[in-house]
Amino acid sequence: MAAYQAPPPEFRELPDVPNKLEPDATAHLSPFVAKPEHQTDIGFPGELVDNWEEKAIDKMGELLGKYRSFQVYMDSCVKCGSCTDKCHYFQGTSDPKNMPVARQDLLRSVYRRHFTFAGKYFPKLVGARDLTREVLDEWHSYFHQCSQCRRCSVFCPYGIDTAEVSMAAREIMDSVGHGQKYCNEILGKLQKVGNNLGLPGKALKATLAEFAEEIEDDTGLPVKIPLDVEGADILLITPSADFFAEPHIDGLMGYAKVFHEAGVSWTLSSYASEAANFSMFIGSYSNLKTVAERIRKAALDLGVKRIVVGECGHAWRVAYSFWNTTAGIGSGAAEDDEFAQALQKQLDHNYPIPQHICEFTYDLVQEGKLRFNKEENDWRTITFHDSCNVARGSRMGSWAGGQFDIPRAIIKAAANNFVEMDPATIKEVTYCCGGGGGLLTDDLMEIRVKGALPRMEALNEVVEEQGVTHLAAICAICKAQFAKILPIYKFPMDMITSTHQIVGDALVMTGSIQEKELDGTDDESDEETAGSEES
Amino acid sequence: MGLMVEGKELETDEEGYLLDLNDWTREAGAELAKTENLEMTDSHWEVIDFLREYYDEYQIAPAVRVLTKAIGKKLGKEKGNSKYLYELFPYGPAKQACKVAGLPKPTGCI
Repeated sequence: MAAYQAPPPEFRELPDVPNKLEPDATAHLSPFVAKPEHQTDIGFPGELVDNWEEKAIDKMGELLGKYRSFQVYMDSCVKCGSCTDKCHYFQGTSDPKNMPVARQDLLRSVYRRHFTFAGKYFPKLVGARDLTREVLDEWHSYFHQCSQCRRCSVFCPYGIDTAEVSMAAREIMDSVGHGQKYCNEILGKLQKVGNNLGLPGKALKATLAEFAEEIEDDTGLPVKIPLDVEGADILLITPSADFFAEPHIDGLMGYAKVFHEAGVSWTLSSYASEAANFSMFIGSYSNLKTVAERIRKAALDLGVKRIVVGECGHAWRVAYSFWNTTAGIGSGAAEDDEFAQALQKQLDHNYPIPQHICEFTYDLVQEGKLRFNKEENDWRTITFHDSCNVARGSRMGSWAGGQFDIPRAIIKAAANNFVEMDPATIKEVTYCCGGGGGLLTDDLMEIRVKGALPRMEALNEVVEEQGVTHLAAICAICKAQFAKILPIYKFPMDMITSTHQIVGDALVMTGSIQEKELDGTDDESDEETAGSEES
Repeated sequence: MGLMVEGKELETDEEGYLLDLNDWTREAGAELAKTENLEMTDSHWEVIDFLREYYDEYQIAPAVRVLTKAIGKKLGKEKGNSKYLYELFPYGPAKQACKVAGLPKPTGCI
């Protein structure tokens, strides 16, 4: 099935600079174009429109007026070169067009032609060019070789954010009828069925019952994974991969155990059974709002007091940075938006709105409300992969860097063996897994394999030197990408682990089989133990 | 693009998934398996049959965990794990087995 069958790139001696440039090394990569129904389902023209060149320029002009940041990014690059070697796709492919500055220039050259004096009259002098079919195809190719991870922007002295440039390029392409199949098909399903998978309510209910049964078999406790429970305190919004894929499912079972042990009432929603919101990847604010409003509707209908978000990287960026103004989850909704205003009043402001599942678990750990048997995880030596959108697009906790500290703290609370990868590859300078930003599709397998190179190199180092056996993540895309990519780099597939899987495996729940095994079953055995100590 | 089955061309998408699941027959399944370089055995067909039954009821393929549990219950515990399924369908039971079963490709972060 995967078209890309070649071996992965070899690990480099100095994992920073490619050996030599290979122009157009990945020019042949371009994802499937969205079918007409994928486009029209989410409000875009079905196919390339008449006068598309003109309409694309008009759209660019509209975005320049709407997003001041985009205008600044188009104008302010001084070609200093700081970003050039910071992109994992450049490192993995050696294709110079995967240098962030070159990627921006694919759009900037057209911007100059139409929106600057010099470009209008002396295009050749300033590297300005017309928007032709070749340019459009080049955009479709190289703006889908960017996972919008924003690592390059950390190193840009002007703070130019290539992710926003990529989003703008994709929005322009969508607006003239030339979108990407993967993102747009999924967004259509999400708006019709309620999740990216297209998992209907009946199937979701049956699936959750199976997982609950598995937890009960394991713990001896009637742990539930509730669905559509009106009046529950907490609505959990989690990526639908948590209902379907490995190791995501084990993360979901971990959340369920934590909620049960915390004694809170919680629920999932079949109407809003998705945390992901690919609208961000395609730069579509209108779709982003439509999707976020599903969550608002579910929260209002169920009457919940809190909203907690499961392990999903870009979803947490959307939740943390955009839910407030788009849906009233958090403060800042428009005064005339009655539903958002109603929800702002309904939610309990004693808790973060929204709250990350890691924050939820962390608070319980801090309060001493969770008991762990860390030995359960002794067979693992764990390292943690910071997801780009959590690391650079959001935060956790109430202090700077909380998004780095909190997931690590809960892993360390549940496990004895934790090590870090090379500091140049984690936290704010973390590398993308290689599959983010709408690239997690089989038709882009080659760029996914090559883009994973820097992360695989850093992982390999801790595997060889410190015996790491597991890579923990807090993002559905990272988990799915690594499950596919690890075997290609000769690591075991099940090395990738949900963070709440590690939590769940060590959690000693009150009244559980695990608790009885640790403490003895009843008074009699205590006496026996006491007796044997005396003799 | 299409799939030739017994002299008739069935419509498929860019990745070779059947567009209409009603087009599926056992012969079509065998042809689909060839496109994936799979040597179909009875063990493969057991999984395919389960997938189609599940799809009939739920309009979606089962989660891998649901599949492994069902296989384990039906065919014995030693077969109820994802390792067994990956041996049968190396590119992943969800996507590859769905293709052979004539079901739509599962989408999302999977």
